[in-house]
Amino acid sequence: MDILYKPWPWYVAGPLLGLSVPVLLWLGNKRLGISSTMRHLCAMVAPARIPLFQYNWKAETWNLVFVAGILIGGALAGGVFANPEPVAVSEATRATLTGWGVSNQTGLVPPELFSWASLASLQGLLLMGAGGFLVGFGTRYAQGCTSGHGIFGLSTLQWPSLVATASFFAGGIVVSYFVLPFILSL
Amino acid sequence: MKLLAYLLTGIVFGIALTKGEAVTWYRMQEMFHFQGFHMYGIFMTAVPTAALGVWLLRRFGKTADGEAVAFPPKQFSKGTVIGSLLFGFGWALTGACPGPFYAQIGAGLSVTLVTFAFAVLGTWAYGHLQKYLPA
Repeated sequence: MDILYKPWPWYVAGPLLGLSVPVLLWLGNKRLGISSTMRHLCAMVAPARIPLFQYNWKAETWNLVFVAGILIGGALAGGVFANPEPVAVSEATRATLTGWGVSNQTGLVPPELFSWASLASLQGLLLMGAGGFLVGFGTRYAQGCTSGHGIFGLSTLQWPSLVATASFFAGGIVVSYFVLPFILSL
Repeated sequence: MKLLAYLLTGIVFGIALTKGEAVTWYRMQEMFHFQGFHMYGIFMTAVPTAALGVWLLRRFGKTADGEAVAFPPKQFSKGTVIGSLLFGFGWALTGACPGPFYAQIGAGLSVTLVTFAFAVLGTWAYGHLQKYLPA
């Protein structure tokens, strides 16, 4: 049953991810979006009289249930049936990462950089702390993330989502080229 | 029991995301450095599949409840550019976006709980600062 543990090529994973858009619309006119669940969590736990968090989050329960599904899917595909091999990135990427000092290239993230122990280091704080903060702050300011803009918005031909997706990539490219190597050299 | 259907859709999404390696820091760096086609292949098949599905649904169908397929449009604001750039910075640092956070936590990567907690904090901070930011 080797096949259960193997990663999937892009032409299997991509169409399956895309299918979620018509499925969610068919189920109840729901728009694919994942960063919105972090807003729901804020509204649920600490609305603090902030206008952004004053709404009936219970009406968005479907969204929270959907991401609970992603968690279960991750447990199945990345836990029970996890690929034991390192991710098969290109040789060029291997060389780039090795050049950054990332020698252990196993798991989903570099174990030396993303760990509880590395939280005590400047690198860990920048990657997990500042990185996580920017994801949460940026997606809400942009009103969507890779799923809401990059898949749902683009597939429904909404031009603001094209601007957003281009900006996601622009930001990511700049940081991956110029900022990450610096952080990893600290 | 429509919630069960949303859960199942999420499970399939999570499996595809994880088995497609879109939840790995390594694939994100490969993508940002244009060193591999994998992630571009995912986007370039996901978007047309979704577009075709939505077109067929709108052309020939209604929702499961018999309603017309309709949704509010995405609004453009300065945040569409500034917020997206900020998200892009975080995307490259964490090597993940919100969907992969959930999948990584499910896969047993407990430290992603920290990254995710910071992301929720970032969302909350945006709520506080929204009125001072260019809209």
